[in-house]
Amino acid sequence: MNFPILSSLILLPTVGAFFLFFTKGNKKNNFTVKYVALFTSFVNFLLSIYLWILFDQSTSDFQFVEQRVWIKDFINYKVGVDGISILFILLTTFITPLCILSVNNSIKERLSEFLIAVLIMESFMIGVFCSLDLVIFYLFFEAGLIPMFLIIGIWGGARRVYSAFKFFLYTLLGSVLMLVAIITIYWLTGTTDVIELYSLGIETKYQNLLWLAFFSSFAVKTPMWPVHTWLPDAHVEAPTAGSVLLAAILLKMAGYGFIRFSLGLFPAASEVFTPLIYTLSVIAIIFTSFIALMQEDMKKLIAYSSVAHMGYVTLGIFTIQQQGIEGSIIQMISHGLVSAALFLCVGVVYDRMHSRLIDTYGGIVSIIPKYSVLFMLFTLAALGLPGTSGFVGEFLILMGAFKDNFLVAVVASVGVIIGAAYMLWLYKRVIFGKLINNDLKKMIDLNRSESIILTSLAIPTLFFGFYPDPLINTIEVSISDLIETYNFRLASKM
Amino acid sequence: MTNLQLVFPEIFLSLSIMFLLILGVFKKDSSKIIQNLSLAVLLITAVITFNETIGINEVKLFNNSIIIDYLSSLMKIVTLLATFLVLIISSNYLRTFKIFKIEYPILILSSVLGMMIMINSNDLIVFYMGLELQSLALYVLATFNRDQIKSSEAGLKYFVLSALSSGLLLYGCSLIYGFTGSTNFNVIANQLGSSEYAITFGIVFILVGLAFKISAVPFHMWAPDVYEGSPTSVTLFFTMVPKVAALSVFIRFLYVPFLDLIDQWQMILVFLSIASMLFGAIAAIGQTNLKRLVAYSSIGHVGYALAGVATGTNEGMQSSVIYIIIYILMNLGLFSCLLMMKRENQYYEKIDDLSGLSKNHPMLALSLMVILFSLAGIPPLAGFFAKFYVFKSVIEQSMYFLAIVGLLSTVVAAFYYLRLIKIMYFDKEKEKYDTDHGFWLKFSLTFSTLLILFYFIFPSQLIEVVSRINII
Repeated sequence: MNFPILSSLILLPTVGAFFLFFTKGNKKNNFTVKYVALFTSFVNFLLSIYLWILFDQSTSDFQFVEQRVWIKDFINYKVGVDGISILFILLTTFITPLCILSVNNSIKERLSEFLIAVLIMESFMIGVFCSLDLVIFYLFFEAGLIPMFLIIGIWGGARRVYSAFKFFLYTLLGSVLMLVAIITIYWLTGTTDVIELYSLGIETKYQNLLWLAFFSSFAVKTPMWPVHTWLPDAHVEAPTAGSVLLAAILLKMAGYGFIRFSLGLFPAASEVFTPLIYTLSVIAIIFTSFIALMQEDMKKLIAYSSVAHMGYVTLGIFTIQQQGIEGSIIQMISHGLVSAALFLCVGVVYDRMHSRLIDTYGGIVSIIPKYSVLFMLFTLAALGLPGTSGFVGEFLILMGAFKDNFLVAVVASVGVIIGAAYMLWLYKRVIFGKLINNDLKKMIDLNRSESIILTSLAIPTLFFGFYPDPLINTIEVSISDLIETYNFRLASKM
Repeated sequence: MTNLQLVFPEIFLSLSIMFLLILGVFKKDSSKIIQNLSLAVLLITAVITFNETIGINEVKLFNNSIIIDYLSSLMKIVTLLATFLVLIISSNYLRTFKIFKIEYPILILSSVLGMMIMINSNDLIVFYMGLELQSLALYVLATFNRDQIKSSEAGLKYFVLSALSSGLLLYGCSLIYGFTGSTNFNVIANQLGSSEYAITFGIVFILVGLAFKISAVPFHMWAPDVYEGSPTSVTLFFTMVPKVAALSVFIRFLYVPFLDLIDQWQMILVFLSIASMLFGAIAAIGQTNLKRLVAYSSIGHVGYALAGVATGTNEGMQSSVIYIIIYILMNLGLFSCLLMMKRENQYYEKIDDLSGLSKNHPMLALSLMVILFSLAGIPPLAGFFAKFYVFKSVIEQSMYFLAIVGLLSTVVAAFYYLRLIKIMYFDKEKEKYDTDHGFWLKFSLTFSTLLILFYFIFPSQLIEVVSRINII
């Protein structure tokens, strides 16, 4: 394999953004601008599908590895994918074109700048998922702050400045400690190459502090209770496409980081801190579910439900069971699809009524039936109804949890019920009930691009709900290998 | 003869200064010619320095009082080139205020001469001479817009406080001379053993003087006032060039004679560094004047550069040099933007004047945004790498406290950089600014922005250049 497919995946959106930079201008160009962006991201999606086809599922080794000297004797530019990371790349390249397609109604001004930010964001996120060097990972991880800050700040709602600042500073504060940890790892082992670090291992006595430093970054990004408060603000104020990127992909960087780095590099520390993660996860599941129940703003409700869902993910990861971790990854993919769809659904009604308050709506089932059906589907997927991808993830996570810790699993299962409660109640209040607000009667049903977006999100949600094998086959070997190494390290006290 | 050849850059520069001065006096309306000649002189001096001295390992001249090695050559070239860029973009500004006079380039050249002597010095007396030459020129430069009260005030403040610090510095020199019997760095290094504690006093006094020149907390009080009051082009000079010279003296002074006393001075430097980083970050938050804000931000950046020196290792010192080079680049871009905010012969320097810049001047706003993110140290911009190298060397010495405080203060500092970006991008636009900037102003902005933006593609080049410094 000589063709540098991963670097192309990373670079292509940036190249597209570069073109956009020179095509901006008057209103007429908006059309061109959008199609350039759409085309770029779509080609990138096809490329990532091609990557998935070429991907060899029978090995846990990193594939498509590219290595180039970047800073001599210090850092190599090294990228590669294994079963764990490839799905996230697919998710990124799948969601981005949909985001670009969705800007039709919501972004009125400075469209080309917005698309540039989205495309550059895509580059950075793909970079995060395939970098095999800690410094490169950190670079991509942090760089993503810039476009997201601008997306929230320039195109956001009324309190956008506050939210953008909160988002940026929270994340930055979490991440700087990770930088200290990365440099310390370099100092301890003489390398920042992830593959080498996997085989070298890190001495147990250093692991706890390093783990905590990484945790501080990932916990903010996940977000875990109690550092989740930036998320509802950021979501509420971000434009629809921004919320989608944030929920669908940005949050997954932390989950991915937990699996790749916390479990992979610091097994002893992970074992020590598992109770901490369990506690925080369970609090996130129960506590934020109750908060979600009380929300009056639709976007805020979905944002809190994201926190709860990510609680399942962290819980699943730290069960260190095959099912648990598989479930976590599938839950992340599914949440990527479903939360993206839910935010888009909110975006659809928001574009028409300019209100996100649940009170505004009610009884719109007969006015916009197509919308109501799709919204129903995603609501059910979010609460984990069998037959949707949400069920597969949640079920596997709980199965893993029951194997590891009965009490935690029971409490987490209770969360499923509350999850069902707030999602169904949301649906009931928005779609059913009496039609009181007369303005609602003027609402038009989904237009073409909205239907395309929501349908293309609905298909994988249902498909993987009934037939999750393609996902599980991809990740299975990598995860069993990960767990094996983990247990081996633990046994040999490394 | 070889001796003179090695100091030929300094000789050439001083002869040129005298020649330009005479030319300026005898020829009327010659400010433009002098300006261009000064630029040529700077370039030629840089080229001579490059040709004559860059390959030389280490030579000491004039009874060991002057040292020519890679560190001094590199720092001199950086100083000369930075000065060249400062001069070239400041002429428009000076014309607007009708202070485009022959004295301006000549004063700048003399202060550069002083800095070159400082960088070369291997002896306390030579060092002090260079320091005074550069300071005296800088006092006058600060008051250059003499019809404005603020400028005169800035110059006077700078003069009084700087004289005080020079006094302290001189007292430190005399203490060291008294206890070691010599002013030569190498002789001092050999005489250390006997009277360590007494010498520590001397070191402290000299560090106070140096910290003042480089505006590190708690000797920073002059910086905001002077930076605000001086003409913007002079402020640009202040924030960039003297710091290079002061940093290289810091390195030379601490690493050559006093490396064995690292236990004594390391704490002081760590304190200076932490205090500067934190204070620079926190105090900048409340500012409304851009030049004042830059002053505080430069205090913070000096803190990071000193963190590298505080490690007492070759690597740390190299990372400081990298930091200061990248910092110069970012400041150049920042001030190019400031110099572009002009409307009908008036320059705007309030933070609110940036409001909505992205609508009226998208390219200017974009460049400024890149520069500000880089100053905040966000990857993948150059500013991140500068901080990264510094903290890498700091952590390698297990100075975790310094590293963590430093990184946390970047988060605080990020706040006020973000605020500028917010004002540019999120706020309502105001009137447009003029767009008829000279070629050089546009050039320096584009040049610095592109270098900052694309530094990550070729990060090893700068490291290779700097890694040849070896003075321990």
